[in-house]
Amino acid sequence: MTRPVHPLQQFIPFLKPYWKPALLALVCLLILVILDLSIPRLIQRIIDQGIRAKNQDVVLHTGLLMLLISLLSMGMAVINNILSVRVGESVARDLRESVFLKIQSLSFGNLDRMKTGGLMVRLSSDTAAIQRIVNISLRIGTRAPLLMLGSLILMVKTSTSLALILLPLILLTLGVISFFIAKMEPLFLLVQQKFDRLNTVLQENVAGVRLIKAFVRADHEGERFAASNTDFTRHSVKILRFMSGMSPLLTLCVNTGMVVVIWSGGMEVSKDAMTVGQIVAFTNYLLTTLTPLAMMTMLSNAWASGIASAKRLNDLLTMPAEVVDHSDALSLTQAGLADAPVQIKFERVAFRYDGAEGGSEVGCEWILQDIDLVAEPGKTLAILGATGAGKSTLVNLVPRFYEVTSGRILCNGIDIRQLQQKALRSLIAVVPQETILFSGSVADNIRYGAPTANETEIMAAAQAAQAHDFICKLPQGYETRIEERGINLSGGQKQRLAIARALLTRPRILILDDSTSAVDVETETRIQEALEQLPFKHTRLVVAQRVSTVLNADSIVILEKGRIVSQGTHDQLLVGCPIYQEIYASQLGNGLEDDLEKGRGEQQL
Amino acid sequence: MSAAPERTNAGLRETLQPRRPGAVGRIEKANNPKHALLRLLPYLRPYRLTLALVFASVIVYTLFGLIGPYLMGVAIDRFVGPGQAEGLTRIALWMLIVYLLYNGFQIVAAWLMSGISQEALQQLRRDLFSHVQQLPLSFFDHRSTGELMSRLTNDIDAINQAVSQNVTTLLAGVLSLTGILAAMFVLDFWLALSAILVVPVIFGFTRFVARYTRKGYRDLQEQLGGLNAVTEEAIGGQKVVTAFGRNESVLAAFREHNEQVFRAGVYANNYSMLLMPLTGVLGNFFVIILAALGGWLALRGLVSIGVIATFIIYGQNFIQPLRLLANIYNSIQAALAGAERIFEILDTEIEIDEGALVPMPFIKGEVCFDHVQFAYESGHPVVREMSLEVQAGKMIALVGSTGAGKTTIMNLLSRFYEIDGGRITLDGRDLRTIAKADLRRCIGLVPQDTFLFAESVLENIRFGRLDASDEECMEAAKLADADHFIRQLPQGYQTDLSERAGNLSQGQRQLLAITRAILAKPSILILDEATSSVDTRTEARIQKALLRFMEQQTSFVIAHRLSTIRDADQVLVIDDGRIVEQGTHFELLFQRGVYYHLYTSQFKGHAI
Repeated sequence: MTRPVHPLQQFIPFLKPYWKPALLALVCLLILVILDLSIPRLIQRIIDQGIRAKNQDVVLHTGLLMLLISLLSMGMAVINNILSVRVGESVARDLRESVFLKIQSLSFGNLDRMKTGGLMVRLSSDTAAIQRIVNISLRIGTRAPLLMLGSLILMVKTSTSLALILLPLILLTLGVISFFIAKMEPLFLLVQQKFDRLNTVLQENVAGVRLIKAFVRADHEGERFAASNTDFTRHSVKILRFMSGMSPLLTLCVNTGMVVVIWSGGMEVSKDAMTVGQIVAFTNYLLTTLTPLAMMTMLSNAWASGIASAKRLNDLLTMPAEVVDHSDALSLTQAGLADAPVQIKFERVAFRYDGAEGGSEVGCEWILQDIDLVAEPGKTLAILGATGAGKSTLVNLVPRFYEVTSGRILCNGIDIRQLQQKALRSLIAVVPQETILFSGSVADNIRYGAPTANETEIMAAAQAAQAHDFICKLPQGYETRIEERGINLSGGQKQRLAIARALLTRPRILILDDSTSAVDVETETRIQEALEQLPFKHTRLVVAQRVSTVLNADSIVILEKGRIVSQGTHDQLLVGCPIYQEIYASQLGNGLEDDLEKGRGEQQL
Repeated sequence: MSAAPERTNAGLRETLQPRRPGAVGRIEKANNPKHALLRLLPYLRPYRLTLALVFASVIVYTLFGLIGPYLMGVAIDRFVGPGQAEGLTRIALWMLIVYLLYNGFQIVAAWLMSGISQEALQQLRRDLFSHVQQLPLSFFDHRSTGELMSRLTNDIDAINQAVSQNVTTLLAGVLSLTGILAAMFVLDFWLALSAILVVPVIFGFTRFVARYTRKGYRDLQEQLGGLNAVTEEAIGGQKVVTAFGRNESVLAAFREHNEQVFRAGVYANNYSMLLMPLTGVLGNFFVIILAALGGWLALRGLVSIGVIATFIIYGQNFIQPLRLLANIYNSIQAALAGAERIFEILDTEIEIDEGALVPMPFIKGEVCFDHVQFAYESGHPVVREMSLEVQAGKMIALVGSTGAGKTTIMNLLSRFYEIDGGRITLDGRDLRTIAKADLRRCIGLVPQDTFLFAESVLENIRFGRLDASDEECMEAAKLADADHFIRQLPQGYQTDLSERAGNLSQGQRQLLAITRAILAKPSILILDEATSSVDTRTEARIQKALLRFMEQQTSFVIAHRLSTIRDADQVLVIDDGRIVEQGTHFELLFQRGVYYHLYTSQFKGHAI
């Protein structure tokens, strides 16, 4: 199967910034090779012109020359070393950063498809494979072929006939190498995939450890791990066996060559066509020609694994982001959205996940259909509905976390797709359903969206979110460290921090996605009151479960299976919408008075 | 030797490290690299027999490897030199056979060794994994997932690089050396003597370099761990990062770690890669001296040319394994650095059951807290003097402001942490006399943070009880009101959940979590804000179903939505680690205390 572009070609640009040290390294290598090649010749001279000719001086002088050459070799080797290490590590660093940047730029749609475990493998193991190729190319990978070439030339000069005899052997050896590389590449690809899987299982076990303990599933998970462990091992063994078979095979070729040389060389000498010294030198050249092949096994292993990794990285690096900025995307000022309060309008919006790849999507199902709604500037729009009705999806469309499938969303009449993503999101603050906090201090987390905020502002935001009190009770107050994923806070505390985080950015669109689900009703009410009194005017989109949350919304939308079934104020809906009445009844029952009655009744019994 | 990245112990409300004197969760430091090496060796023990075979193969091929050059020397001296063609063919054939056997046995040895090395590593991974599984929760509370993962993957990989190739080379190298040395001495005493001199020189260099490489690799592995941690957190929190436009600062943090990895890599590799060229040059020196010396001797007629030629070849054959041995010594540093980090984990105390245990085949679900006290960090008690009695089959609701200690109480019941004072009994037995596995098996937990696995929906449900049939799983799903939406998914119950379960809403994920717990048929069901993201109508349906389901069993419900708990047998109002009010929903309302206050606040602003 021919490929238009070799996978490794994509990575040449990473080498470009370091072309100077790379070139220098190669120059050192060249000199090194020339020096290497001279040794057999000098040995030949010692033998033929020194020993045979009984010339002691020649022996001494040549010996000294060889010593000098060795010293020079060492110098070159060290320089080449330092340079190639530097280039290799630099390329690796740049590559890692590119992969990371790419991961960051992926839209949520892309991310939903890729597992963290797999992404991590790409960032660490796959980039390391490419680094190895760079390293090797600047060292053994170039040295060995050059040595081979040089020796070949010298061999031919020494005895063309012998060289000709060996030509098929050399070709055979090269053939063997190419065969191995071609066979190994798919094997490496497979191994990396198994490694992905292993990593994913590991990751889940570490992240989900509480659950696994709670359900006493350690054994089960152990089996799951064992399965992918065994699978991975099996493939590793396979590829290792393959790789390790190569070196002996090549050495066999070399050795066979030696035998051939001795035999036919001997024949030549018996005809006085060659000297012993020449034979010895020749065998040395042979060794020098074909021994690098043993080194090249290392190269071919790295090469094959590098190609496999290159393919995987390419797939990632060329993945088109689902949400992109148009070339003429507008900034806030250009769109006239710099200060004005914002109206959000959904016009015949429909959405479904792109089922193009992966197969793990909800696929062709429409999540949202025929959505027409308006959130007036400065007002609150609440969205209620059954689990899975599409509420979160709806609000996720506003910051363009996902792209609408059809229809459009307007901010003050401008299609959000015409705005720069960054500009759009600077308007919006989201408090998502699942609270995500980062390791750092409490203050750092609240400051997350507005890094330049000062202490007073942070505390004001925390107070509005009803978080200030509990924060002050923490051992180091605002400087208390939050562990990864906020493990050391309760659900409600985390949510309040997330709200503070959002408020600090003084957003003009505030999206609250069920953000008080873990907060008790009393605190929630206080938060709502505080929200009403915020100093900056904002348009609010609230997704909620509790009627108490939406009682005072300017407009309530009821979502059912992705469609709007009702719209209105609380009073209007209470009268005219059966679903709303149902929701209301399920929460607040028949009213407080009845409950009190019951209570009194029980007391009297 | 630097320690694993430590987090400051920020003593906070809910989940934290317990105050055990045995330093649970702190990483013990490995003593020295030789120690680590010795601890790795047992992993090869099960393969003793095969290793013996490998050893035998190595001996065989080393022998053949020595015969080859010897034959060549003979060939040159007896046939080529004097120019005799006959007999040349025969010796050539012998050489061919020798070489065939030589390389053939090399393949055998490598073949066998590949299997051994990978399987030994497989076992190491297995051990590491099962040990990690048994570590107490507090260990995980303070460690970043990414850093831990780095140990499980990168560090083992470092060992892999060394072990898979180096063991045979090591064996072969040592054998070759001895063999060649012996052969050289047989050939010519003085030349051989000069050969030995090179050994201490090379090893001197090696040890000098190795000291730096060891430090360098340890540093590198650590930095890699740090980079891993940052990346993992960034990927996991990507949504928030993007939403708040914080890509730049996350990138900056990444760059910082990336740069450190770069520096560590340069340092480690500069030293480690220095060795081969260095020893190569030393090798050249050696050959030169050999040639010069040999030439000088030959001129004096003390040795024949054939001997010199052979010696030169032996010399090169001698240098090769010597250089390789030096390189192995060096590359093992990376392996040992990784091994040390792995043994740090293996040396951490695991969660164990202490003392006499009572088997509990059947649990009714009678729970009793007797003056229980607990603090994650001393000085900050989370549970104070808590006493409560729960009869089997009752439903207990816990309410209170966030951070009051509700989840903590449930954590203590599952013995995720040990209490500081008082005792907890289950069916009259002290919790500490029950094996943790038995205890947790009878408790069904729906935690606050829903965690699902990257498997099919059905398998995720079956997680609750592994031997459940498909029908039982679906029955449980029906109870939890999840069956309907599951069937709407593209592959229904066989649909694969992506890690972030991006194709399910939060509420749907919670329903799955409830299904899972129901399937477990627990004696005690703990619902910790289990329906917080579920809409109230669905919730009401689940409530009814659960009530029927849990008629005989005990259940604890932590919730903020008071509509959930009206049917509870007892409502406990928790504040600051204490029970401040206790009673039925209606009784408490009548008391017009804290509960009443909480309850009525949800009506605020609403005209009754």
